Amino acid sequence: MTEYIMNTLSYPVLSWTAFMPVLGSVAILLFARENDNLARYLALATAAATFVLSLPLVMQFDTTTHNMQFVESKPWIPGWNVNYIMGVDGISVLLVLLTTLLTLICVVSSWKAIQKHVKEYMIALLLLETGMVGVFCALDLFLFYIFWEAMLIPMYLLIGIWGGPRKLYAAVKFFLYTFAGSALMLIGIIALYYQGGHTFEIVKLMGQEYPMQLQFWLFLAFFLAFAIKVPMFPFHTWLPDAHVEAPTAGSVILAGVLLKMGTYGFLRFNLPMFPDATLYFTPMIMVISVVGIIYGALVAMIQADLKKLIAYSSVSHMGFVTLGIFALNTQGLEGGILQMLNHGVTTGALFLCVGIIYERTHTRMIADFGGLTKKLPIYATFFMIFTLSSLGLPGMNGFVGEFLILLGAFTSQRIYAVIGTTGIILGAAYMLWMFQRVMFMELKPRNESLLDMDWREAATLIPLAVLVFWIGLFPNPFLNILHVTVQHLLEQVNGTAQMTAAAMLVK
Amino acid sequence: MLKYALIPFLPLAAFVFNGLLGRWLKDKAHWPPLFAVLFSFVLAVSTLFEVMGGGHIEHVLYSWIVSGGFDVHIGFKIDQLTAVMLIVVTTVSSLVHIYSVGYMHGDKGYPRFFAYLSLFTFSMLMLVMADNFLQLYVFWEAVGLCSYFLIGFWYEKKSASDAGKKAFVVNRVGDFGFGLGVMLIFITFGTLNYDAVFATAGFHAAETVNIMGGTYSLMTVIALLLFTGAVGKSAQLPLHVWLPDAMEGPTPVSALIHAATMVTAGVFMVARCHPIFNLSPVALDVVTWTGGITALFASTIALTQYDIKRVVAYSTISQLGYMFVACGVGAYTAGIFHLMTHAFFKGLLFLGAGSVIHAMSGEQDMRNMGGLKKAIPWTFGTFLLASLSISGVPGLAGFFSKDEILWKAFTSHGAGHTVYYLLAFAAFLTAFYSFRVIFMTFYGDCRASHEVAHHVHESPKVMLLPLVILATLAVVAGYVGVPEAIGGSNRFHGFMAHVFGGGHGAVEGVVEGGASHALEVTMMLVSILIGVGGIGLAWFMYIVKPDLPGKVAGASTAVYNLLYNKYYIDEIYDFVLVNPVKWASTHFFWKVVDVSIIDAFVNAVASLVDAMSRVLRRLQSGYFHHYAMGMALGVFVIVGVFLFIR
Repeated sequence: MTEYIMNTLSYPVLSWTAFMPVLGSVAILLFARENDNLARYLALATAAATFVLSLPLVMQFDTTTHNMQFVESKPWIPGWNVNYIMGVDGISVLLVLLTTLLTLICVVSSWKAIQKHVKEYMIALLLLETGMVGVFCALDLFLFYIFWEAMLIPMYLLIGIWGGPRKLYAAVKFFLYTFAGSALMLIGIIALYYQGGHTFEIVKLMGQEYPMQLQFWLFLAFFLAFAIKVPMFPFHTWLPDAHVEAPTAGSVILAGVLLKMGTYGFLRFNLPMFPDATLYFTPMIMVISVVGIIYGALVAMIQADLKKLIAYSSVSHMGFVTLGIFALNTQGLEGGILQMLNHGVTTGALFLCVGIIYERTHTRMIADFGGLTKKLPIYATFFMIFTLSSLGLPGMNGFVGEFLILLGAFTSQRIYAVIGTTGIILGAAYMLWMFQRVMFMELKPRNESLLDMDWREAATLIPLAVLVFWIGLFPNPFLNILHVTVQHLLEQVNGTAQMTAAAMLVK
Repeated sequence: MLKYALIPFLPLAAFVFNGLLGRWLKDKAHWPPLFAVLFSFVLAVSTLFEVMGGGHIEHVLYSWIVSGGFDVHIGFKIDQLTAVMLIVVTTVSSLVHIYSVGYMHGDKGYPRFFAYLSLFTFSMLMLVMADNFLQLYVFWEAVGLCSYFLIGFWYEKKSASDAGKKAFVVNRVGDFGFGLGVMLIFITFGTLNYDAVFATAGFHAAETVNIMGGTYSLMTVIALLLFTGAVGKSAQLPLHVWLPDAMEGPTPVSALIHAATMVTAGVFMVARCHPIFNLSPVALDVVTWTGGITALFASTIALTQYDIKRVVAYSTISQLGYMFVACGVGAYTAGIFHLMTHAFFKGLLFLGAGSVIHAMSGEQDMRNMGGLKKAIPWTFGTFLLASLSISGVPGLAGFFSKDEILWKAFTSHGAGHTVYYLLAFAAFLTAFYSFRVIFMTFYGDCRASHEVAHHVHESPKVMLLPLVILATLAVVAGYVGVPEAIGGSNRFHGFMAHVFGGGHGAVEGVVEGGASHALEVTMMLVSILIGVGGIGLAWFMYIVKPDLPGKVAGASTAVYNLLYNKYYIDEIYDFVLVNPVKWASTHFFWKVVDVSIIDAFVNAVASLVDAMSRVLRRLQSGYFHHYAMGMALGVFVIVGVFLFIR
C-alpha cells in the first residue's frame, strides 16, 4: 500500500515548481509590455528559478521507499471529494527534473529564433511547463486531468502561431488526436470515480481491486489516450506533422516531455490499477511495440526532412520504452523508465541541433546540406555525440536503457527481444546515413558562409551532452531512484496476478 | 592496480587532451598520444612478466549497471591471453603512431587523427582487459566506432564516408547476434563475469533451448550467437564486405585496426570463450568451416585485385580465416600465435604499402607501378620479408604459426581434417598473390606516368623505423613457438597453457597430442613446397612470361570476372536486401500505411465530422418560424408515436 510522505522542505517544493512559471508569466504580462528582451530575461529567470527549485527533489529524494514523497495535500472541491494532492515517486521525479531542465534550455534556444510575439511565446512556454510538471506530480485524478488538458492549449498555440507553413493542419491534427484520447480517458476517470468509492485519489484507486470486465474497459480507455500520446503505432501520424511544423523549442518539449506522458500514464494508471487487464493485453502491446520499433526505423530511414526523420525515430525509440514497460520485470521497467529520460535528453538535443542549422539556412531538407563538418567542427562534435547516443552506442545513455529493455524483454518473451534488437541495426543505419548526408561529403557552395555554434547555442547542448555520458557511464545514481518504486509496481501488477504467473511457471 | 589502469587510460587521457586542445597543438599533436602509447607499452611489458609464472590479475574498477539481479561492473582480468594481446596492441599501435608522424604530415586533420588513434588504443586495450561479457561488448562497439571515424577520416570523400558507415552497420549486424548471446548468457548463468560463467558452463552443457519449434543445445546457441559477432568484427563470410572498403581510411589505420588488432578481436573472443565453445562440437565445426571457406574464398579474390591495399585486405580476411580454423579445431594457442605473428607481418605489409603509395604520390593501382626496387630499397626489403613470412618460407614467423595451424587441422578428426585441404590450397594462393604484389610493384619496368616516376622517393626515417622494427619481428617472432618436432621448445605453448590448458587447449578427440614427429616434419615439408610453389608460379607468370596473366584472364573470362568483382556479393546484398528495404519503406510503409491508410482514415473522420456538421448547421437557421415548425413537427411525431404504440 502506498502512503504519503509529506513534504518536509521549508517550502512546498512541488507547488513552487509547478506554479513558479505561472508567476513568471504574470510578471512578463505586467512588466514586459513592449520590451521583448525583458520578456526573454524574465522567462529565463523564471525557468532557471524553477529548475533550481526542483533540484531538491532529486537531492533529497529518499530512494529507500516507494511511497509518494514531498506530498502536499489540500481539499479543493469537497463536494466531489476533489483534493489538491501533489507528490512524486521514483517514476515521476526524474521526469519533473527533465521538464524543468528542458524548459530552461528551450528558453535559451528560442532567444534569437523567435522574433514575433516574443512575450506571448515565452508565456506559452512557461504555462506549458506548469502543465507538464503538474501532470507528473498530480496525485488526484481530477487535478491530473486538468493539467493534462491545460497543457494541450499552450502546445497547440506554440505549433499554431510560431510554426511552419502547414502549422494549422499540424496544430489541429495534434489537438484532435490527443483530444480524442483525452475524451476516452475522461470517461474512464468518471467510471473509476464511481466504481472506486467516490474518490479521485490516485493512491487510493490503486489500492482497490476491480472486476476483470471493468478493468478491461478502463484499461482500454486509458491505454488509448496514452498510446496516442506516446505515440504507439498506429496512432503516430500526428507526430511527424507536429514536429515538422513546430518551432524548435516546441519540438524539443514535444519529444522530450510530452511523449513521456503517455508512457508515464501506463506506469501510473494502467499497470497498478488494472493488473489483470495489463496481463491480458500485454502480448498485444508487445507486438505493437516491436512493430513500432521496426516500422518507425524503416520509415525514418527514407525521410528527406531532418525533423521528420527524428520524429519517426522517436516512434521507434518509444517502441523500446513500451516494450520494456510491458516486459513486466525489473530490467524491462527500469530500462524503460531510464529510456524515457534518455529519449528526452537525446531527441531533445537532436531537435536543438536541427534548430541550430535551420536558423542559419532556413531549410531542414537533408539534401540541402552536406560537408558541414568543415565549416562547423564544434557543432559536428555535438551532433555526432547525440547521433551516437540515439543509435545506442555503449558508453552513452541510450545503450544502458536499450540493453536493460532488451534484457527484460528477452526474459519475458524472447522473440520480441530478437525483433527489437533488429531495430538497433536499423537505428545505426538511418542515423549514420543521415549524419553522412548532412555533415560529411562535399560542402555545398550555398553553405560556404555558415558560422559555427556560438556560446549560447553551446550552452543549450552542453548540459545534455553531460547527461548523455553521465547516464551512459554511471547510470546507478539514476537507477537507484527507480529500484524500490519499480519493485513496488511489480508487486502491484503481480499481486492479483500471481496465481496466473505461478501457473505459467508450473506449465 | 593503478599500473594496470594506466595501460588503457593513458591513451584515453591523450584522446581527451588532443580532442580539447588539438587545434592549438597543430603539427605537434602527435606528442601526447605517442607518449601515452609508449608508456602503455612499457607497462604492458612489465605486466607480461608478472603473469609469466602462470598467475593472473583481476581488478574491479567500479560498479556500472545494477538493476534487479543484473549487476555488471567495469574491471580487468589480465591472464596470459590478455597479456599477449596487450603486447601486440601496444607494440603495433606505438609503431603506427610513429609511422603516422611521417605519413600524415601536413594533413589538416592531423590532431584529429592522433586523437582517434588514442581513442582506438584505449578501446582496444579495454576490450582485451575486460573481465565480463558486457564490457567486452561495450568496447567491441567502441573499437568499431573508432574504425568508423578513421575509415571516414577524409569525410569529404563520399567513398570514404560510405565505407565508414558500411563498416559500422555491417558490424552491427554481427553485434545483433553477439548482444543476444550476452543476454542468453545472463539468463542462463545469472551473471556476466567470465570466471563465474566459465566455471559453471559445464553444468549447463546438457541444457537445451527451443527456437521456433526446434530444440537446440543451449551451449551451441550461445556459442553461435557470440560467433556471429566475431564473424562481423573479423570480417568472415558472409559479413566480410566492409573490410575491403575500409581501405578508404589512411593506411596507418589499415595497418593498426584493419590488420593487426581490431579485426582479430573476433579470434580473441572465441579464444576467450573457449570454455563455452568447447562444450559445443557443432559450434566448433561452424567456426572451422567458416574460417576455412573464408580463407580460401578471400585468397581467390586477392589473385585478381590491382589495388595494392585491397590485395592486402583480402589477404587479411583470408589469414583471419586460418585463425578461426585453429580455434575451431581446439588449437586456440595456434590461433593466438598466428594472431601475433600476423599482426607483425601484416601490419608491416600495410605500412609498406603505405610507403609505396607515399612514394608514388598517392597511386594505389599496381598496374601503374613497377620497378620500384631500386628507388625505395628499405621499403622493398621490409615488404619482401613480410611477404616471405606470410608465404610460409621456413624460418620466418609466419611459417611457424601457419604451419602449426595446418598441422593441427590435418591431425584433427572431422571438419578440421577436410578443411586442411582448403587451407593448404589457400596457402598456395597466398604465396602466389603475395609475390604477384612484389613482382608487379617492385620488379619490371616502371609503368607510372613520367611525373610520378620522377617523384618517387624513399620515405622519411620516421616511417622507415617502424618498418624495420616490424620486419625484425616478422622474422624472429616465430621463435617463441618452434615446435618440438624440429627440436624447438615451444615456449609459447607452455605460456598459453595457463589459459587453454593441456598444451594445446585440446578438445577431447579433436587434437591428437601423440601424433608422430615424423609425420609432423613431413607435413612441414609439404607446407614449404606449397609456399615455394606459389612463389615460383608468381615468378613464372610475372617475371618470366609477363604476358601470361592476361592470357589466363582472357581464357577464363567468367571465372576471372567473378573473382575480379568479388563474387558480386556487394551487388547481391544491394539487390536482395538494401534496395528492397528502401523501396518498401518508401513506397509501402510510408506512402501506403502512413499516408494512404492511417492518415487517410484520420482525415476521413475529420471530413465526416465536418460534413455532418455542415448538414446539422442548417437546422440552426436562426429563423423563428423554422424552429416553430420544428417544434410542431416534433409534437406531432411524439403524439403520433405515443398513440400508435398504445
